[in-house]
Amino acid sequence: MNIRTLDEIITEAEAQKVSISTIIKIIESKELETSVENLTKKMKEYFQVMKESAQKGIERPISSLSGITGGEGYRLWKASENAISDNVTLKAAARAMAVSNVNASMGRIVASPTAGSCGIIPGVLISVAEKLGKSDDQITDVLFTAGAVGKIIAMNATLAGAEGGCQAECGSAVAMAAAATVELSGGTPRQVGHAVAIALKSLMGLVCDPVAGLVEVPCIKRNGMGAVQAIMAADMALAGIESIIPADEVIKAMGEVGRMMPEQLRETATGGLATTPTGKRIKRELFG
Amino acid sequence: MNIFDIIGPVMIGPSSSHTAGAVRMGNLARNILGEEPAEAQIVLFNSFSKTGKGHGTDKALVAGILGLSTDDDGIKESFEIARKKGIKADLVFGNTHPEFPPNTAKFILKGKNNSTVVIGSSVGGGRVIIFSINGFNTEFTGEFNTIITIHDDRPGVIARVASFLAEKSINIAQMKVSRESRGKTALMMIEVDEEIPEGLDSALSSINHIQRAMIIKSVLGGV
Ligand code: SF4
Repeated sequence: MNIRTLDEIITEAEAQKVSISTIIKIIESKELETSVENLTKKMKEYFQVMKESAQKGIERPISSLSGITGGEGYRLWKASENAISDNVTLKAAARAMAVSNVNASMGRIVASPTAGSCGIIPGVLISVAEKLGKSDDQITDVLFTAGAVGKIIAMNATLAGAEGGCQAECGSAVAMAAAATVELSGGTPRQVGHAVAIALKSLMGLVCDPVAGLVEVPCIKRNGMGAVQAIMAADMALAGIESIIPADEVIKAMGEVGRMMPEQLRETATGGLATTPTGKRIKRELFG
Repeated sequence: MNIFDIIGPVMIGPSSSHTAGAVRMGNLARNILGEEPAEAQIVLFNSFSKTGKGHGTDKALVAGILGLSTDDDGIKESFEIARKKGIKADLVFGNTHPEFPPNTAKFILKGKNNSTVVIGSSVGGGRVIIFSINGFNTEFTGEFNTIITIHDDRPGVIARVASFLAEKSINIAQMKVSRESRGKTALMMIEVDEEIPEGLDSALSSINHIQRAMIIKSVLGGV
């Protein structure tokens, strides 16, 4: 099967009356010439790494290698009692930043889809599953749905900040997390598509402008904010709200916006936050 | 591209090009040396040299020559591990080279039996290219199992290697030869689809005019 669009996957899932993850597992097992059980086992191992990294970062403050960031996930986690936002959202953001903290400290993470955006999917899925009482196996399943969305984005646009800005990294991660959340909550394949579109639209145009070229500022907090957007996109889609622009068109538009983006805003650390007075000072202090 | 290129790989942060790619390059340099290094000098160029410390590139390069994989927790402590093993690792910062790509490193490795000089770059997403081995131009990604021979530039040597591999049912995916000058020493790089059996390097080395044969296992999987 040579699937290139989200719509094809959704239509197939509807025709067979199964979830997107069911379809994807079968397609991938054929492509990789291995059993669905083997794929699921590997994905479950990846999810364990996600869980470990999230746990590490909320248990104690973790400093980055450069020392310019640290402990964001831990601090938000501790604030959960008196927070304004509801518990699931706050925990998702805290865990997302926790994973990003671990990444910046040279810890072990799962690139999902990239190292810079590695917090969003674990943060959202662990926290949503906690609220809904879903098992690790169920989360493992919807990671295939997240992966399928990422693959479609990679085919039709890009997942690399150097090519498409942060909309391609964190934007895609948010879309992937929203898709997985809809399926985990029992939404339809069509609703998965709308969640992807709503999520990606909200981050369209986001630039990649890391201070001193390090995956820390603004990346860590963007992972936290991204988690929140993923949950809201899922809630909108589950409420029956539809994206006027179909997901596949949004994805193509995101790729196009990426190509229009000046090089200074595509990971080169020569524009945006990276060249603010503070951004430049941090760079000078670190690298001379 | 499969689903685990999207959800995955498991890696040590913070950056696939500055950390995972650096580990991979070190892995390849170690495999080219073909033994545990006793002494290593690693020269960082261009953007590696400028921002490498903040990304932990120095630790990742050393982890690579120690043979750690891209998802090994020990990467962070690679300098300590090297010290404990009695491996002298010397990192040289501050170099720029206009012809080298942004994230380039040069490995000067010495082991008990061999020594080698390897230059390569991390080209994004954890992928790498080794573009020089012992002064020979190469273009070598480590994505395939690879056989490298250093041999006298004489007629028939290449044919003998090719037929030797054919006998062992090893299919050549790609092959490249570069040489110092006519009639002197040449380097041949053969990327193959199959697993390379143990001991093939010494069997190849016994072919007339082959000075040295190396087997470099694919470093894909990980990133
Ligand atoms: S700002 Fe750039 S480096 Fe940071 S997460 Fe976004 S795309 Fe990645």
